[in-house]
Amino acid sequence: MTSETYRAVLTRRSFLDTCAAGIGTLGLAQLMGLEGILAATASGGAAPQPHFAPKAKNLIFLFMAGAPSQMDLFDPKPGLQKWHGQPLPPSMTADLKLAFIKPTAKVLASPRSFSQCGQSRTEISDYLPNLQRVADDICLVRSMQTDQVNHHPGQSMLMSGSPLVGRPTIGSWLSYGLGSESQNLPGFVVLSSGRGASGGSSNFSSGFLPSIHGGVPFRKTGDPILFLSNPAGVSRESQRLTLETLGKLNSEHLQRAGDPQIASRMANYELAFRMQASAPELIDFADESQATKDSYGVDEEPTSAYGTNCLMARRMVERGVRVVMLIHASWDDHTNLDEGLKKNCDITDKPVAALVEDLKQRGLLDETLVVWGGEFGRTSLGQLKHVGDKVGRDHHPNGYSMWLAGGGIQGGQVVGSTDELALKVEEDPVHVHDLQATILHLMGLDHERLTYRHMGRDFRLTDVSGNVVDRMLA
Amino acid sequence: MPAKAWCLGALVAAFPGLCWGEPSFSRDIEPILKQHCIVCHGEALQQSGLRLDRRADAMRGGQSGAVIIPGDASGSALVKRLEGQGGLQRMPPGGPLGAAEVGAFRAWIEAGASWDSQQAVTAPAPASGHWAFRPNRRPTVPRTRNSEWARNPIDAFVLARLELEGLEPSPEAAPQTLLRRVFLDMTGLPPSPGDLAGSGHYDAVVDRLLESEHFGERWASAWLDQVRYADSDGYEKDSARPHAWRYRHWVVEALNADMPFDRFTTRQIAGDLLPGATVDQRVATGFYRNTLKNREGGVNVEEFRFEEVVDRTNTVATVWLGLSLECARCHDHKYDPLTQKDYYRLFAFFNGLDEVDIDAPLPGEVGPYLNAKLEFHRRLQEVYGQYRVEELMGPWTERMLWASENPGVEHEWDTSWDILALYLDDGQRILRTAPDARDWREDYALTEWFLRNYSRVTSKEEYEATGFKDAVKEVHALVADFPDISRARAVQNHEAPTPPRMRPSGVWDDLGNEVSPGAPAALPPMNPAGAAPTRLDLAHWIASEDNPLTARVAVNRIWQEYFGTGLVATSDNFGLRGEPPSHPDLLDWLAMELVDSDWSLKHIHRLIATSATYRQSSQWRQDLAGLDPSNRLLGRQARLRLPAEALRDSALAASGLLDPTVGGPSVRPHQPLGVTDLSYGGSVKWNESAGSDRYRRGIYIHYQRTTPYPFLANFDLPERNVTACGRNRSNTPLQALNLLNDPVFFEMARALAFRVLAETQGLGFNDRLDRAYRLCLVRGPSDSERDAMHEYFVRQRAMLEQDPGTAREWFPVEMAWTGESSDPTIPAAWVGISRILLNMDEFMTRE
Repeated sequence: MTSETYRAVLTRRSFLDTCAAGIGTLGLAQLMGLEGILAATASGGAAPQPHFAPKAKNLIFLFMAGAPSQMDLFDPKPGLQKWHGQPLPPSMTADLKLAFIKPTAKVLASPRSFSQCGQSRTEISDYLPNLQRVADDICLVRSMQTDQVNHHPGQSMLMSGSPLVGRPTIGSWLSYGLGSESQNLPGFVVLSSGRGASGGSSNFSSGFLPSIHGGVPFRKTGDPILFLSNPAGVSRESQRLTLETLGKLNSEHLQRAGDPQIASRMANYELAFRMQASAPELIDFADESQATKDSYGVDEEPTSAYGTNCLMARRMVERGVRVVMLIHASWDDHTNLDEGLKKNCDITDKPVAALVEDLKQRGLLDETLVVWGGEFGRTSLGQLKHVGDKVGRDHHPNGYSMWLAGGGIQGGQVVGSTDELALKVEEDPVHVHDLQATILHLMGLDHERLTYRHMGRDFRLTDVSGNVVDRMLA
Repeated sequence: MPAKAWCLGALVAAFPGLCWGEPSFSRDIEPILKQHCIVCHGEALQQSGLRLDRRADAMRGGQSGAVIIPGDASGSALVKRLEGQGGLQRMPPGGPLGAAEVGAFRAWIEAGASWDSQQAVTAPAPASGHWAFRPNRRPTVPRTRNSEWARNPIDAFVLARLELEGLEPSPEAAPQTLLRRVFLDMTGLPPSPGDLAGSGHYDAVVDRLLESEHFGERWASAWLDQVRYADSDGYEKDSARPHAWRYRHWVVEALNADMPFDRFTTRQIAGDLLPGATVDQRVATGFYRNTLKNREGGVNVEEFRFEEVVDRTNTVATVWLGLSLECARCHDHKYDPLTQKDYYRLFAFFNGLDEVDIDAPLPGEVGPYLNAKLEFHRRLQEVYGQYRVEELMGPWTERMLWASENPGVEHEWDTSWDILALYLDDGQRILRTAPDARDWREDYALTEWFLRNYSRVTSKEEYEATGFKDAVKEVHALVADFPDISRARAVQNHEAPTPPRMRPSGVWDDLGNEVSPGAPAALPPMNPAGAAPTRLDLAHWIASEDNPLTARVAVNRIWQEYFGTGLVATSDNFGLRGEPPSHPDLLDWLAMELVDSDWSLKHIHRLIATSATYRQSSQWRQDLAGLDPSNRLLGRQARLRLPAEALRDSALAASGLLDPTVGGPSVRPHQPLGVTDLSYGGSVKWNESAGSDRYRRGIYIHYQRTTPYPFLANFDLPERNVTACGRNRSNTPLQALNLLNDPVFFEMARALAFRVLAETQGLGFNDRLDRAYRLCLVRGPSDSERDAMHEYFVRQRAMLEQDPGTAREWFPVEMAWTGESSDPTIPAAWVGISRILLNMDEFMTRE
């Protein structure tokens, strides 16, 4: 009988689409001696060490893809009222980098109102009522700058330090530089909500670093990690029996061939086995109190998806995952900005504030760095893309806002400022490379020393620039 | 082995610091300083105030004091920094020195750090002094003490070197190991049971593999990594490139035909400029079209056009010359003799390229196309007429043109005009062309774009009223049914290109002086046919025996695939910061063989695959492990985890599912739901291929840049965004999950069980296991393996007996045809055994 007949008698549908989860706790294997090999394999040699004592052990990057509007959320500009509905004189718009609109577009003042929050009196928009509560924990940077005016290059710039695709991203640099602390979860995990971001997988790619440093997406549909569940119909006992037998055979071959790679392979099968048990445990919120779940808005709309991701991020950090990146897309409100912004704020504001408070309450905020922001900001000029549209804003790389909190960050302060029309930075510009240098610094790495040689060149996250922003540090 | 043997000739050059006996500055230390330290701590630069090129300065130390304390190596800051102690940055920053080199520093300082040189240490001599820039020559084949072992001159070079160290080569690998190895290396597929039966003499096997049409597929993979082939644009939109495969098809065919490497080169770099260029020659220029394309709304077209030219410049330099030219985009190269001007002289060759899609029919396509064409056009016009397309498109065209002349007045028309350039190749040019002057493809492309994008300048209601959504569906249906000919992505020279200019800071809009095309000054001059060199001259200059790099780089990359590491380990960098060759004469000899065989790649493959060096066992050797841990001396073969495609193809082949069809468009096999969710707005669609296309070889899997096929990424297929000159071979838990649990692999296990049972009807467990082992590993099981598998078989059946429904799920086929009992646990347990086999380290490794 040939394989053609095989294909004929089997319809693929019968099993490919019925991938049932069949995981429970798997017994730890008898191969504990392989742990050391595993640690060495994961880091590609001896476990890597920070360059100096780190302030933060973990990073949670709340990536707001698509570019949130800074003058509607973080950087109030009453000065725009005077110009509302009119174009600015050409002399004022000469330096703008615009994606879609022309410099003659009309000014759009913000309809939002701001409050002075906390002891720091930080001004935050009424669209972020929950964040207002934690104003004293965050360091708001109003003077961010990037070189790129379009999404994919901008996201690339933020994540990998270069507008061109193909470089390692910040999470993979940290995995490469610091290794993983988790024995049974990946070191760099990606959670997403909303629609896919412009950068796609290049936002968490390992680029030319070994693939083990790449971000592992936790998925919304099916297995949280690809291929985490046993194939349909394979029980955990069968899986264990399979791995036991496989272990015997590989071990015999290790005796024969003597190649240490075989030992690493065996160790990785063991790790995979444990991951099958620990990942489901991770995503099962049964041990969380209802109060905690409610604070994140896990069980209600519109916060359910993002709240789940934020709570998951805290659980991952507790379990030693080095970097968790939450991607939420998209904030790209070229039209209908006020409604779009409200929608995204309603989705994210409550979970984000809950995350900061929860980390703090559990004593984790001191060692966890939280970063919130997008790839650039938005223009003070309005955009009308379509006949009959409500107004929106175009891309603006010359001055926008992000915030940081936690490990090593001085909360309750504002760094930098923009001019009264939000056209450019006035004080303390912070380039994306400076932000990256600062993040690495807080994690115990010198951005100039964290390098990887590829095609004859020593690459680094900050390319050829970047300075640690001392003002952000506690 | 006498200690002195270490100090002989080539060894010193390749492994400075390995010498035993009295430490000597000039012999042991100076070469290391020269290679690793002087660029930053020499005459030109004194980082941290430290200068190491002259004795007095070196002894004085830097900002933080003395670094050398004669007689006290452990107390010397220099040694601490080299060893990475004390929490300060380990030196040199480009990567730590080997233990032997650090040991040389220790020994030298312990012995008093005498400085037996009067002259300052200088940075490595650039240009002609560097080995890779020296003209190639044919070295003498060395004589060896052992005159029995060598099968061809490769072996003489390798053996001479081993003998120098007093080492023996390893014995030949077992026949079945060797056979599996050479099949996997040359074709990316394991030998079938039929291949084993009729294998015959080993050299004849190699000849047969060279003639196999699968040879071109396997070696195209390595080439596609270098030219960063993909089936999508990359960046945000990451639109599919439906014609990209035609270039891949060309590569497979060219490699199968053993197209001489100089022609293979010339056609890709300048096929369009060859006199009377054929379609095939123009298809080769699809090489340039592998560059990423940013179609994101609002991008500056000129900025990304510049980045594309830069990308092409870097790619040509790395792929053919093994140079990391990229550094010179912004400044003169820090290490290599390449100036920024050199960079832009090379850049100038690629500055004026137009991207064109051409008709590139495969045999048998033209007839049906011509037969159907008139009717297709008639029906297309019918649809246009039905939806009154012309009536609306005329005024739309007028107003688009008006907006292009009057920007900033009507924003929606501005946007519409701007993105026409991004979303539709040549869209603005086509729109400017009078309708009856457009060819049918241009007319169709613009009309289709208009139908979809008219909504940008109308209200929703107006657009709904046009019915264009339905019109789009109807024209798409017509196109789907039309037997179109294959198309290819090519380039040609722009009629009146903007003169190329330097960019002093490397930034696209920082314009410097005009620059004319030419060769880097450190390399041999170009001899243009006319007054100014053209891209064709560049191609001839690269594919010339006078170019010292091209042949060396090419043979090294072939070598690397057969041994895991190149003779030059940094196969992407032959510059001063690259590693020197482990066997310089062998590299040169192979390069001359390539040139003198009329650039026959298959000649090089044959030489390597039939050498005794290649045929050695890969058995780990304790005696080599300490002395030569990375096996650079080639005292054994290497055990190499299979490349992603070969691993998948092997499993498909063993299970009998493989569809071995060669060439053609890309396929989309099953991948888990949700993989494309992470693409921009979830816009990437993965329409799974039907029928046996799902079981085609890995090289044909559609490569979507922003969401690559998970299995390929898991097993280190390089991201096809920048040139990759070799593969990582990582070993990760995600790979284990993939092979264990991917439904695609479970299906293969099921098919393998089916095949084993079908081919061993009426036989017992041992014969069946033997069959399964031979299909997967080209060998039978050992006694203890048989015991382990049998124990599994018994225990697994016992588990399944508890739940017969599960057994049927594992193997949902009636067993009546085997003539056996209908106990479903038997075939199910064979699925389990098959699954174990496909997960064995030995299965995923070529030994």
